[in-house]
Amino acid sequence: MARSAAFWAIVRKDLRTYYFKPPNISWGLVFPLAWTLMFFLRSGGGLDIARLLPGVTAMSILFGTTSMLAVTITFERRVAAFDRLLLAPLSLEALMLAKLGGAVLFGVLNSAVPLILGFILTDLAAVQWLVVVPAILLTSFSAALVGLFVAVSVSEVFEAQTFSNFLRFPMVFLCGLFLPLTELPGWLRPLSYALPLTYGVDALRGGLGGGLHLPLWLDFTALAAFCLALFLLSLRNIRRHWIA
Amino acid sequence: MIEESQPGPGETPPALAVSGLAKRFDDVQAVDGADFIVRPGEVFGFLGPNGAGKTTTIKLLTGLARPDAGSIAYFGADFTRRLKAAQHLFGVVADGNNLYPELTGRENLEFCAALYGIGRAEARNRVEELLERFGLDYAAGRRFGGYSRGMGRRLCIAAALVHRPRLLFLDEPTTGIDVPNAREIRRMLAGLAADGTTIFLTTHYIEEAERLCDRVAFIVAGRIVRQAAVEKLLDGARDRRIIELQLDTAPEPLLSALSEHFPTNRWEPRAGKRLRLISTAEIELAPPVAFLAERGAAVLEARRLRPSLEEVFVEVTGLAAERLSAEKGGRRG
Ligand SMILES: Nc1ncnc2c1ncn2[C@@H]1O[C@H](COP(=O)(O)OP(=O)(O)O)[C@@H](O)[C@H]1O
Ligand SMILES: [Mg+2]
Repeated sequence: MARSAAFWAIVRKDLRTYYFKPPNISWGLVFPLAWTLMFFLRSGGGLDIARLLPGVTAMSILFGTTSMLAVTITFERRVAAFDRLLLAPLSLEALMLAKLGGAVLFGVLNSAVPLILGFILTDLAAVQWLVVVPAILLTSFSAALVGLFVAVSVSEVFEAQTFSNFLRFPMVFLCGLFLPLTELPGWLRPLSYALPLTYGVDALRGGLGGGLHLPLWLDFTALAAFCLALFLLSLRNIRRHWIA
Repeated sequence: MIEESQPGPGETPPALAVSGLAKRFDDVQAVDGADFIVRPGEVFGFLGPNGAGKTTTIKLLTGLARPDAGSIAYFGADFTRRLKAAQHLFGVVADGNNLYPELTGRENLEFCAALYGIGRAEARNRVEELLERFGLDYAAGRRFGGYSRGMGRRLCIAAALVHRPRLLFLDEPTTGIDVPNAREIRRMLAGLAADGTTIFLTTHYIEEAERLCDRVAFIVAGRIVRQAAVEKLLDGARDRRIIELQLDTAPEPLLSALSEHFPTNRWEPRAGKRLRLISTAEIELAPPVAFLAERGAAVLEARRLRPSLEEVFVEVTGLAAERLSAEKGGRRG
């Protein structure tokens, strides 16, 4: 009871003080819209929204989670407020899940923006929600974990920002958001498969009625494995470096 | 140097018992085999210069850093390898004001209450009570980022008390705080102690330790060089006679000549062209004043000082008192 109260207090505070701030909300809204518009213009008006939607959704998630989490944790460590969390009678696992929770929730909310747009603009009758919802959750979770991984690797806020950008911009191109993996040069493809977002986008594509590139079970297994591995790795690094 | 061993039957165990605590950072032995006991209800002071290992000690004791060696027991139970399980027993006031700048004073306290699993209704009462007690009710709705340093420190102390800990750690609670706020904070800490909260505080203000603490440990370069009741330490210094001279020139070049001529006095140079002579016998002032004048150093003023913890600290550690900061205003003789 006490523990879940602490957990939700952290999630609530992070959403309020960091995520639900006008600049961040506009990222989640403006970015997917801008990209959709760009593709719309490029395609000369005839736009296959169903084909575009998985990539835009994945991007909304990516831009709502990774750097947000990395920056907020790094900021809290700089002002030593993070020590308060480490001093609370809350296990490190629960604490880090709470920090991730805010980012995951924000990622999920961000993903709703392009999905709602998709509903308005086109017929999404073929959507398999049982695939889309877990795909959004796992993609958000893995993207947040990449942010945590960044936070453990840096000590200054600007480093967190730079490092997350360094990771997320290439991911937009390498993970099949807009450019099918088959169009990437062969030597780049192993890199694509080493990134969790690739599997998230593929699962989203499957659920939203586009063609799958990999089998669905493989997408979900890979996503889950990435999440678990990144979480354990980050916990180990936190124990090693932050409680040294 | 521990003055007592394990409690006998029927005795209350110490609030905190530490033995052999050690921590090394690359090339610095930050804490070097510290042994000490904090008794329930007392104010225990860790007094030492910058870099002595005070902050590191608090981090080791509270689970923010991992000791290389040593054992830590709270209220009679060993928590060395499971400090997480002890964290609800104590509150910690860090050396900086580390609340959330985006939240208001009240929201910060409510958040801290939630971290300790305190329910909403109870938290609300507790928060209002603390805001009032720390004189912050008028600023409760303002963002913490806009607080002055003194207000911020007070809120940080309130935040550490939200879950009613039996033991409170404070890392240099008045450092960097203006004098009126520092005085107010000391008054509040004395009040807390009177209400039965055990207090462990670090400081580099000798006067603060003397005024506030029941017992002190002197820590220098990671080692505790002496620990005892403040009264007992002062008793040992009662027979000292101390006179401080205000010169018109720096006293340092004359020190060896003075020591040679007046071997029964101890001579201590101070910042601001001041010089102290300390002796266990009655001091005759005329000869040294004449001696100084012959060497071109005029005595502008002389005043008698009451023996204080400062003399004890200087004698025990061999450090110049200036290694610790004196507070503005100084003490009166
Ligand atoms: N994280 C750290 N890494 C390396 N050295 C450290 C670290 N923390 C403290 N130190 C060193 O340990 C010594 C004790 O520091 P500290 O406990 O902060 O002293 P105090 O609080 O008494 O001023 C200092 O020499 C300091 O430079
Ligand atoms: Mg310190």
